[in-house]
Amino acid sequence: MTQEQIYTKLTNVFHNVFDDDSIALNPAMTANDVPDWDSLNHVNLIVATEAAFHIKFRTAELESLRDVGQLVEVIAAKTSS
Amino acid sequence: MDLHWLPRHTEWNQALRRVRALPAQDAVPQLVQLANCSLDFLQTARIGAVLSSFGAEGLSHLNRCPPLKLALLGSSTLTHLIPAIRVAALRRGFAVEIYVGPYGTYRQELADSSSGLYRFGPDVVLMALDAHHLVAGECPSVEQAIDRMRSCWQLAKEQLHATVIQQTVLPVFHPVIGSNEHRYEMSPHTLVQRINHELRVQSEAEGVFLLSVDHLAQMDGVAAWFNHALWHRSKQEIHLAMTPVYGDHAGRILAALRGISSKCLVLDLDNTLWGGVAGDDGIEGILLGQGHAVGEAYVSLQNYVKSLADRGVILAVCSKNDIANALLPFERHPEMVLRPGDISHFVANWEDKATNLRRIAHALDIGLDSLVFVDDNPFERNLVRQELPMVQVPEMPDDPAMYEVTLAAAGYFEALSITSEDRQRVKLYKENSDRRRLQETSTDMDGYLRSLNMELTWSAFDDASISRVVQLINKSNQFNLTTRRYTQEQVIDLVGNLSVITLQLRLKDIFGDNGLIAVVIGRPQDSETLEIDTWLMSCRVLGRHIEEVTLNLIVEQARRREFRKIAGRYLPTAKNAMVRDHYARLGFQEEVVAGQTGSRWIICIDDYMDRVSFAKTVEIESQRMGGMIDSRTDLHEAH
Repeated sequence: MTQEQIYTKLTNVFHNVFDDDSIALNPAMTANDVPDWDSLNHVNLIVATEAAFHIKFRTAELESLRDVGQLVEVIAAKTSS
Repeated sequence: MDLHWLPRHTEWNQALRRVRALPAQDAVPQLVQLANCSLDFLQTARIGAVLSSFGAEGLSHLNRCPPLKLALLGSSTLTHLIPAIRVAALRRGFAVEIYVGPYGTYRQELADSSSGLYRFGPDVVLMALDAHHLVAGECPSVEQAIDRMRSCWQLAKEQLHATVIQQTVLPVFHPVIGSNEHRYEMSPHTLVQRINHELRVQSEAEGVFLLSVDHLAQMDGVAAWFNHALWHRSKQEIHLAMTPVYGDHAGRILAALRGISSKCLVLDLDNTLWGGVAGDDGIEGILLGQGHAVGEAYVSLQNYVKSLADRGVILAVCSKNDIANALLPFERHPEMVLRPGDISHFVANWEDKATNLRRIAHALDIGLDSLVFVDDNPFERNLVRQELPMVQVPEMPDDPAMYEVTLAAAGYFEALSITSEDRQRVKLYKENSDRRRLQETSTDMDGYLRSLNMELTWSAFDDASISRVVQLINKSNQFNLTTRRYTQEQVIDLVGNLSVITLQLRLKDIFGDNGLIAVVIGRPQDSETLEIDTWLMSCRVLGRHIEEVTLNLIVEQARRREFRKIAGRYLPTAKNAMVRDHYARLGFQEEVVAGQTGSRWIICIDDYMDRVSFAKTVEIESQRMGGMIDSRTDLHEAH
């Protein structure tokens, strides 16, 4: 999958999880930039992302995520193999 | 492992957006409909968010009863369960307000009368204790775990005056030494099993209801319900993806506590209770019984239905059939499990099913909202969903072997206990229904038929369709005016024969392609009159005014050949009583001739006005395979 394809699909996941179609993703985005990105929604986001991309995150991978850009990198690595 | 018995909504996001734009009183009924779709956990959460935005006042538009106050107590993360429970209640027409105490403090909250829990004042307390918590400590034991729960129950009942639901323990631990793990008494795996066993004894004595998540994990697999990664990450014991199912099971119990539950299972017959069409295939031709995989599946389904009846569920039948054909398997088929005495109200006629369901509810003196309607035909299911949204209509799977699974998973008849009155109920309702007179009611059939976007494609018989036409001619018994059977050769002779009029009709609608559904053969009787030699139709498309469109097409063909009259004949058989008045309904005049069999009907087409139709008609080219002679030879050989 290209970065662009990943961003398109991930944007859709964000829209569904945060129930907000106005969210536009950028690599530097963090939980501080989305009002409802609390710990419960974070779990929702991860499980929904796994389902959307048919991947599984390793627990350690999730511990180290800092922003959307890193999330996309992890997805890219998992969907390329 | 999802809400597979609920229909999928194809434009769910758009529908939710529309609902959100509405004021609460208009939005709530539509939200109930959205909640009655098959939802994933995100969709559930999104409906939950809309519910929260309405606040208590908005939910007062749910007229069933005031909101139920539920406290969710446990020692791990429970907040992800909140929307699922609220949406499951909404699905059943009532609102739930939910309190979750500070993380890990359920015992303090229960013991302290100044806690948030006491200020909330719950009607119901759901104890959702996770397995790790219950077997923690240096020397865990069954007694210790049960004692801890029992003291909570007593506080909830005596101090909070609440009804208590105890979640059984999810079996999340591995049997460490393997198959014989039970020999190790301190094993968490074994302890959980024994706690669950003991819970069933103790809860009964204490008047506590159980939410049996161990049963659910047993059916779906523990791995579906519990995910180690999610547990370590977020302390969610119930898997996020399973929350819609968890919520639905909790919702069933809450509804039952409120006295909301389905009472009556209304069954279609052909291809629902047995394979095939009793009216066409006859009692010996339907698939039911041992020795045939599909026949065995139907027996198993009937056994399940019978076990529902044994637990107090009323059974009714709603079938498009002649009553005699419909009853015959119940009376005579050796492998039928259900017998006439099991059915409290039996309706078999050719009217629309919404009207018939109203009759059934009226005859049994129960609300339409306590009916569950099972039908293999998506047309009927959607008609009923549209006309009677309060009736529960499960989506049935393609394979009849899975019907039983669907009904069991949908859990319409959740009961908290079984009384002797429950067991007597079937008899009681049957007597009532026998006494009561039926009342006519109306259904907006026209609106429904228009919404189907029916497209009727037609052509003369052609080579491509021969075998289907022959099959239909020789199989149709009920909607068949003359029941004349023709061999493949005889039908081939009609292809391209310019002196006869042949019509084959296929019907498509929003649910899909129904395939070949009707066949007409007309022969010239004299220069003025076209006689309808054969007119037959599949019973699957009854009630859609296809007869009228077909007549329009026949008239059009007859006019092209300059006929002025059309003659029809009805030849009665044991099975075709349903079309006795077919020609009268279409405006033909009866022509009485002494000594003839059946009846003969005439219509003059000079001033014929097209009958009202709900289907768009499309003429398609007849398909001929190469040279006509060659194809005939091929087909002769194939036969």
